[in-house]
Amino acid sequence: MEELKVDKHIQYILSIEKEKDSFMALTMEHLRMNGAYWGLTTLDILQNIATVDQNEVISWIMSCWDEESGGFAGNVGHDPHLLYTLSAVQILALLNRLDILNVDMVSKYVSGLQNVDGSFSGDVWGEVDTRFSYCAICCLSILRSLDKINVAKAVDYIVSCKNLDGGFGCTPGGESHAGQIFCCVGALSITGSLHHIDKDLLGWWLCERQCSDGGLCGRPEKLSDVCYSWWVLSSLIMIDRVHWIDKNKLTKFILNCQDCENGGISDRPDDAVDVYHTYFGVAGLSLMEYPGLKTIDPAYALPVDVVNRFFFPE
Amino acid sequence: MHGRPRKPQRAVDAAAAATKASKLRDLQSQLIQNHHRRLYTNEAITVSSKLLEINPETNTAWNYRKFVFQQNLHETTDSEHIKSLVNDELRVVEMALRQNPKSYGAWYHRKWILSQGLVDVDFDREFRLLDQLLKADSRNFHGWNYRRFVAKLKDVPEVEELEFTMDMINTNFSNYSSWHNRSALLSRLLNKKAEGFTEREKILTKEYELVLHSLFTDPNDQSGWFYYLWLLHQTITPNEISLISSWPPHESNLVLTANRDTGYYFTNIQKLPIVLYFNKTVQGVNSSSVTVNSMLFKNEDLVWKPLPPTKSEEAACWVTYLQFPDVMSWEAKIYVIEVKIDHSEAIMSSHSGSQSIDPLNFRFSLSLNYDNLEFAESVDELFNWNDSGSLGVESNYLLSSDQLKLSEDQVSEFSKWQMQTVFEEINHFEELSEENCKFGKLTLARLLIAQDAMLSHKTPITEKKIHLRNVLELFDDLMKLDPKHAKYYEDERSLVLLNQVTIDKKSSSSHFSLCGDYISSKLHFCSRMQLRSLSLTRIGYVERLLWVQVLDLSHNKLRSIEGLEALQLLACLNLRNNQICSFTALQPLKLLSYLKVLDISFNQIGAHPVDTTRYLFSPPSTRSLELDKEFLEDCRRSNGWEAVFLFRDLQLIQLDVKNNAVADENFRDLLTKVLPTLTWLDGERIRGVKITRGI
Repeated sequence: MEELKVDKHIQYILSIEKEKDSFMALTMEHLRMNGAYWGLTTLDILQNIATVDQNEVISWIMSCWDEESGGFAGNVGHDPHLLYTLSAVQILALLNRLDILNVDMVSKYVSGLQNVDGSFSGDVWGEVDTRFSYCAICCLSILRSLDKINVAKAVDYIVSCKNLDGGFGCTPGGESHAGQIFCCVGALSITGSLHHIDKDLLGWWLCERQCSDGGLCGRPEKLSDVCYSWWVLSSLIMIDRVHWIDKNKLTKFILNCQDCENGGISDRPDDAVDVYHTYFGVAGLSLMEYPGLKTIDPAYALPVDVVNRFFFPE
Repeated sequence: MHGRPRKPQRAVDAAAAATKASKLRDLQSQLIQNHHRRLYTNEAITVSSKLLEINPETNTAWNYRKFVFQQNLHETTDSEHIKSLVNDELRVVEMALRQNPKSYGAWYHRKWILSQGLVDVDFDREFRLLDQLLKADSRNFHGWNYRRFVAKLKDVPEVEELEFTMDMINTNFSNYSSWHNRSALLSRLLNKKAEGFTEREKILTKEYELVLHSLFTDPNDQSGWFYYLWLLHQTITPNEISLISSWPPHESNLVLTANRDTGYYFTNIQKLPIVLYFNKTVQGVNSSSVTVNSMLFKNEDLVWKPLPPTKSEEAACWVTYLQFPDVMSWEAKIYVIEVKIDHSEAIMSSHSGSQSIDPLNFRFSLSLNYDNLEFAESVDELFNWNDSGSLGVESNYLLSSDQLKLSEDQVSEFSKWQMQTVFEEINHFEELSEENCKFGKLTLARLLIAQDAMLSHKTPITEKKIHLRNVLELFDDLMKLDPKHAKYYEDERSLVLLNQVTIDKKSSSSHFSLCGDYISSKLHFCSRMQLRSLSLTRIGYVERLLWVQVLDLSHNKLRSIEGLEALQLLACLNLRNNQICSFTALQPLKLLSYLKVLDISFNQIGAHPVDTTRYLFSPPSTRSLELDKEFLEDCRRSNGWEAVFLFRDLQLIQLDVKNNAVADENFRDLLTKVLPTLTWLDGERIRGVKITRGI
């Protein structure tokens, strides 16, 4: 079996930071904050976070902060959104620099996006999606400010998006999708509400995502894709059903998606790599206890030592 | 990026890409500038549409357009102008969707525009757009979400949307999105008993025909199987809530022993638990919905707790505790205790809201024996699991499933249709399971299990046992046929095994014994269940084991003990030689107030960095420990947070943890600190005898 090319992946992640002018890099410009989170978390799992200039990262993050609203944008000059606010907070937690934040302002931004029915809008324009419920709950929990929202209602809304197959959709009635399931299971985990889930029903749906090539897909009758190594695996772990899939086969699938020459991991073997799939591949391997990697927490999507730091403070 | 081949760029492509890139960069920086300057000229607006045509994911550009739209709206009242403003936005969205039909930003922009209610929505246009999109990709969930949005906006009757799913399934039955929408619509229509949907059974029967057709056409296509499973759940779910078991059981006679001179009870329990076990998760069990009447206990307000406790106060299992009265206050007679569920509408199923339970009651008796026994201080002796007692002893306290039924009419009732449907489906799948089809075999196993649960206990037990044997064979086949999911089948199999050993008195009694040496002197009604070496991987059928005080589950393959919290009388638990991986997996033990002896040696605690039960019972955020500094330091050193969180709520006297990765010397020190009651650790005495008396 191919091994994980740790050094190549580190080189790859450091290189994308420099490459800002390609067409692909430009189409990702608006979500650079997510990119930074994927890259930095990967480096930390690979035990190499020290290779980046942390001060530079932090000052760039803070330049994406919108003082007026309290939220973070995906890049300098863009509008703030929950998707990027969570990434920014996650990166600061990763670097142990939450102290730099105006916690009141940030949590006010997040809690201000809760709607009467308990759901969350992604920003002031009002798009509602359970992805945003996860962003809000995860973010506030890291900031130890969950008391700023109505958690019971937030949970009720997520439960209203539960489907008859045990999974979850974007909004009530939406089809189950592994990415969405991660968001809902993650939010229910963080709030201690996993009893709302039929673990056997959902677990069977999730474990049937493993395709004959060993990879995982996001919905029935879809192709496998490295990113589901994260969405499906983390959900299976949170509901204690991860032993229902074949980890060896999945490990092989992920390792086969590496670009062994130039580093990085792609969605499927021999496709072009990107930082998103590199993160999900490495995080998936961490969830399967691949040797030499830091363990990642399935709910907060941050290394366990980082999460423990905010729950068991020194 | 998805589906882009990994290959070096050719020079020509590189040049073209560079031109494209520079155009995109220009548009992006112009957009950001215009946005910040609030520049809403025609030229500036064109920049945003050009940008969104190339990259529909630029959220800020959609925001910019919303600002412009609001601004323009503010300046006009002319309906034609408003119409054209709306049209402009719809066109930009359509352009963007051509570039990326899965663009969240584009779809939301369209919803946002139409939700304003400024113009009459041209629904034909919207459904045309949807037809095009779903034709191109019938699984595009953005498209399906948008269809639900438009249907709601237009107030399309759900029946029509249900027909649409039928059309989609007829075009291609391998479309999970259609089946999903069908299950959601149909279940709503059935639940509200909409016109044409009052005859639930007739409708479900038709759905079986529909889905079976697709399953038999391509048995390896997953789309229909999940729909089938949903139908099956609809069929076999009991119609009413019922109480399937309790402790103490109906008509049981309990005898307590006390020493008249000292006034102590010979028992290791300080309060008498009353456990109710329902056939489904319920809410609303409290002192007004359930009353406990007896001359012996003061009519106090009892607190009923769900097991396991949940924030939303719902569970299938509920417990309350009765405080024993003073020994001197007993009269020489048999006291009858009656448990009554009379305000039944208060107890509701938490899933299908409207159900409530029929009034019922059960009773048991309690009497007191006096004995002049010296108070035996059994703490002084190590409890030995190998003294197995005598297996197979017939005892009054063995109360297995056939006795636990409160009365005939409290058993879940199933209709003729339910029984008949399951029977017919079994016939269909016996055929399909012959051809190595995994879904066929799995479904057959599920059907047989369902049938078994439906059969009344008048059915000869031998017949049930044959079913169970068939199911075990099916799971064995499945493990070979589909090794990727072997552990799933193993877990399902484990439940069948437990069903097998607890199904009747005869089966249970070979695993049952009276406990001879340890707590027998302290506890009059002491009973032991031995379930070792059965290849169990998880626990089930706990409602049949509520009476167990000593439980030997050693030498199995248990990864989880979820469910054990229902065994409120449990005093001794042996989990030696299993596959428990973490202390968080043992959290159900925190709910067992009388647990004194625990063996978790020869497991895998500490061997795995990933903790799969970290969030299951309570999230780590709730594990803030109010401990002194020195203690915190100990925790950190031995990484013993989870252990402390578990053990500080237990009153163990005897514990075995050896042969776990975590169990080093530091860890043993930590345990000694956190468990002040502990006398025996890994077979060695660590403290002198403390006189712990009964009450």
